[in-house]
Amino acid sequence: MELKTKKRIYAKEDVCIGCHLCEIYCILAHSGTKDLIKAFNRVNRPSPRVLVEEKEGYSITFALQCRHCDDPLCTKACITSAMHRDEKTGYIICDEEKCVGCWSCILVCPYGAIIRDENKKVASKCDLCIESGSPICVENCPNEALELRELEEDSK
Amino acid sequence: MRYVIIGNSIASAGCIEGIRKEDVGGEIVVISDEPYHIYSRPLISYWLSRKVTDIYYRSMDYYEKYRVTPILGKRVIKVDFEAKDVILETNELVHYDKLLIATGGKPFVPNTPGAGKQNVFTFIKFDDVKGIDKAIFEGANVIVIGAGLSGLKAVEALLMRKCNVTVVELAGRILGSILDEEGAAIIQNALEEKGVRFFLENSVSEILGEEKVNKVRLKSSDMIPADVVIFAIGVIPNVDIFKDTPLKINRGILVNEKMETSIPNVYSAGDVAEAFDMLIGDNRVIPILPNAYIQGEIAGLNMTGRETIYKGSFPMNSIGFFDIHIMSAGLVNPPQGIEVLRRFQPDKRIYRKVYLKDGKILGFMFINSIDRTGMIVDFMKNNIDVSSFKESLLSDNFGFLDLPREFRKEKLLGV
Repeated sequence: MELKTKKRIYAKEDVCIGCHLCEIYCILAHSGTKDLIKAFNRVNRPSPRVLVEEKEGYSITFALQCRHCDDPLCTKACITSAMHRDEKTGYIICDEEKCVGCWSCILVCPYGAIIRDENKKVASKCDLCIESGSPICVENCPNEALELRELEEDSK
Repeated sequence: MRYVIIGNSIASAGCIEGIRKEDVGGEIVVISDEPYHIYSRPLISYWLSRKVTDIYYRSMDYYEKYRVTPILGKRVIKVDFEAKDVILETNELVHYDKLLIATGGKPFVPNTPGAGKQNVFTFIKFDDVKGIDKAIFEGANVIVIGAGLSGLKAVEALLMRKCNVTVVELAGRILGSILDEEGAAIIQNALEEKGVRFFLENSVSEILGEEKVNKVRLKSSDMIPADVVIFAIGVIPNVDIFKDTPLKINRGILVNEKMETSIPNVYSAGDVAEAFDMLIGDNRVIPILPNAYIQGEIAGLNMTGRETIYKGSFPMNSIGFFDIHIMSAGLVNPPQGIEVLRRFQPDKRIYRKVYLKDGKILGFMFINSIDRTGMIVDFMKNNIDVSSFKESLLSDNFGFLDLPREFRKEKLLGV
């Protein structure tokens, strides 16, 4: 049977202060260095895989990451199989080596959670910090506006 | 239990993976006339342009991992629905308990005089691009007949291979299946800047040359030198072997919401199937990759006995040419009395158009402003009334912030 992750990151829009630290830590976690300044100065630094929604005229902000759907559309729309479910963790992962940037995943993701990495021209998305095992955006949110939850077996 | 799948592409993979969710022990046999490991047809243009070197859709241990017996390079000539046997060109019989017909589409080629000459190709299979790859050279004159999705992906790849490309299209504009006139003009203009010549409202009346093609004559009487000709007019459901059988076929093979055909234990999915289109409220062939996978998966689940319902789909596409990208879905040309929202920023070639009726989205087309489009597709699928935030649908950074608070919470938190 297919292993699916039940981990989801949720944002609390009432307490998000719009500081964008989640984006900065996300870049750090996926830059291959532990040094924030080095990560930021890299020529081909990765795009953040978390998206902060904010707009002029709105008082609220919040961050959004991939929901790692039980029945994902992105993997089914992918023309290369770059977008896939990792067998060991059940996370939805994009293999950037295989991605050709057709953006079919962006066309079908109901959360708008897949990001175009402008440098690498590949689909970029939250991998729940698969390498460390603990999402760095949640760990570093200064106002605890991000929360990692483990869903019940049968919930969405 | 023996499951047999005719076809070795996306719908087939969906079916295999659907079956294996429920039935780990049943035997699965996949039959294809192509000799290749399962590959992705949309990748052929990327292979031709040399952006990718392999076009495989699943890893090389796929059949082993999913315990599939592949019979590749052998054509199915007939299915005996009474005896439940698939008959191969070698006269071998493959018996099935449950059958999936996923024979896909085949290129439509008109009976143009000279179409049998060397260096005349279609553009759908791996063998097509392998042939084209050998025939082209820097500066080669290539005629692409048909300015649809696959034709223009061929054009892009050929330009990357430094060919001189001429497009001949019967209609008065390009990309008629995914764009309106205004949108099509933006793309045509961008491709012309890359050196493509377009002959619209025209067709190739004759392909000339000795053994090999060396020029074409257009309906307009223009003569154009040609080293290679590619037919990319369109794709039609590949149902030839089922003519004169009881299988119910309209344009494609008719299926119900469980992907069952008119014959018991026989299912169909993908580009050959005519399934429910939720926008028009009727069955229609929608030959796009996500549909093929989803329909195949639903067929596979139902074949194991786990009842699963296909809710339907509608046309949607994401396609790019060089640095310009298009997403569109649903209606392209609106009927009378429909509300049109439009934004056009010529300097950046940004174009957003949304068609609404009674607050529901019937279609959209976006050029160079495509982020988070899946949210809008989701509204279409779920018939969401967007009246209260419709103007925001034209903005580049449309997002959940634009939605009413309660609706946003429901979408984001499921509460």
